[in-house]
Amino acid sequence: MMAAPLLSVRNLTVQFKTDEGLITTVDNVSFDIAAGEVLGLVGESGSGKSVTAKALMKLNAGNTVYGPESSITLNLDDGPIDILSLQKAKDLKIVRGGAISMIFQEPMASFAPAISIGDQMVEQLLLHSSMNKKEARELSIEMLDRVGISDASKRIDQYAFEFSGGMRQRAMIAMALSTKPKLLIADEPTTALDVTIQAQVIDLMKDLIGEFGMAILFITHDLGVIAQTADRVAVMYLGRVMETGSVREVIRTPAHPYTQGLLNALPKLDHLDEPLTPVPGDIPSPLERPGGCVFHTRCPKFIPGTCDTARPGEVSVSASHRAACVAVEPVLEAVS
Amino acid sequence: MSGQDSHVWVNHLSVHFGVGKGLLGGGSVLKAVDEVSLEIPRGSFFGLVGESGSGKTTLGRAILKAAPISAGEVRYRDEDVDFDIGMMSKAELKEYRRRAQLIFQDPYAALSPRMTVRDIIAEPLEVMKLTKSRAETDERVREIAAKCRLNLEHLRRFPHAFSGGQRQRISIARALVCEPKFLVADESVAALDVSIQADILNLLKSLQKDMDITFLFISHDLSVVAHTCDYVAVMYLGAIVEMAPSRELFTVPKHPYTKALLSAIPSLDPDDRGTAQKLEGEIPSPLNKPSGCRFHTRCPIAVERCAAEIPAWRELSTGHKVACHFAE
Repeated sequence: MMAAPLLSVRNLTVQFKTDEGLITTVDNVSFDIAAGEVLGLVGESGSGKSVTAKALMKLNAGNTVYGPESSITLNLDDGPIDILSLQKAKDLKIVRGGAISMIFQEPMASFAPAISIGDQMVEQLLLHSSMNKKEARELSIEMLDRVGISDASKRIDQYAFEFSGGMRQRAMIAMALSTKPKLLIADEPTTALDVTIQAQVIDLMKDLIGEFGMAILFITHDLGVIAQTADRVAVMYLGRVMETGSVREVIRTPAHPYTQGLLNALPKLDHLDEPLTPVPGDIPSPLERPGGCVFHTRCPKFIPGTCDTARPGEVSVSASHRAACVAVEPVLEAVS
Repeated sequence: MSGQDSHVWVNHLSVHFGVGKGLLGGGSVLKAVDEVSLEIPRGSFFGLVGESGSGKTTLGRAILKAAPISAGEVRYRDEDVDFDIGMMSKAELKEYRRRAQLIFQDPYAALSPRMTVRDIIAEPLEVMKLTKSRAETDERVREIAAKCRLNLEHLRRFPHAFSGGQRQRISIARALVCEPKFLVADESVAALDVSIQADILNLLKSLQKDMDITFLFISHDLSVVAHTCDYVAVMYLGAIVEMAPSRELFTVPKHPYTKALLSAIPSLDPDDRGTAQKLEGEIPSPLNKPSGCRFHTRCPIAVERCAAEIPAWRELSTGHKVACHFAE
């Protein structure tokens, strides 16, 4: 029997009540994250990756309806926590900022503009640990120094507008890690940065993963960033997981037509002569979710009568690689 | 010299903005574009790349006369007209506005939510009074919509009913409806998903051939530029540091900044981790430019000379120019 994974998401369904009706954004999604593992969550806008991440801390807005089958279990040292059943702010505090921290895409919007960076870092440490103010400030300076902000003891009293984009994202990382979370959710942490700064932040995150040993859910639309950071990857489209597996298998031998399409659509510097092949069609509106396989309206391997009627089950491509597509040949593991 | 076949010709162009000027004067000057020279060949796809703050958008806007020209000269020349952009009369400017158009980055912000797609596309024709009757306007709108792969039934709807890719096709149709000769596409695919991005790039390429347009394609994404552009200029802190035919720039980059930009792109190969040559630090403030070569504070091969002496803009091989003391 394997040890329970750090985080276990089962049959997660998230819907939003709107004037136009109930909109499904995440549809029966299941995945695990082991302690110390980096899981990449890839998908285009509207694929439900951010909603999935927010569900892990129950951060979705008031009009959210979680499906009755949905469960999110966080296995901590002192026992499992059923996150979706948490109601009181006091209980939610254990996961929000305690066991789970989050880094957001837009670092300018994530810091309060009129409170110094230091006060914000100290505040969350006072909330989530037994430190006093002086200890919290010392740790904050140490963390800022660790993420490469020079002159941290002076910088800590500055405000977010006095930091550049890259520095703000470093400060955000320092803040998220200072409470020593078991799981870090990074929602497009490098998307707003220039490529040279992105490379620096990715390097920093890789160093910190080794040093702090926390698990990471890394959300991005950039497959190159995933290839450079993740151990495993899950590809989402319209609220469904299309394919999961080790990052090498999924990127080198993608099994699902959607993943193949995404990889083909990427402009690659070492194949300048190849024409760009877009995934045909447009992403359907969330109000008009296709029946059967959600990707069938754009799929080049669409089989009429099959793909538009039945939802495909997950097929094992290898021991560590699964895809939800009827066109994928299941590989029978050799039993020796 | 101004080559006969160049469509837009920029000569020592500077765009300066006053910053923090008080009642008693003072303040400082922000040199967003600093003595830039380039020629955009007729019918080409000309790429302009650089990090944020490099001045690429301001350069594009100055060429369109949407940013003040502080010094230097921009010339626009096609079969019918020859304009000095800094010294145009009102009538000339009106004519230039028809011939040179802009496609914006964010298709969500660029389209008015209160206008139908037909009205959005028709507006340039009506404002510039290019058509004589409503029937003629409709005809032109239908024609360009079909070229941009929009359905006729789409024309009656409002922008909120469309996805990002469709919206970008609507903004392209709006930019093209007055049949411009020169288009500035400023980060036109940056807000789009990968699967849609390739579709828009292919559309721009086919429209260019169809309608014989010259493109200035501004982007921070080198792999996109590599796939679409014929020529590329790399900007850093308001100046061009390297310029070459696209294929050459991406296979044999000469400037250390270009090399660093290329190696900073995250590789799709999971085993290719951490071999890249990383740039230290961040782009300095344009108010406080480094002396000598403006890249020397971050350059991996900088020596004392780089801090003292501004590198000359040299041509290494035909069409491949670079500003670095050590490029060979």
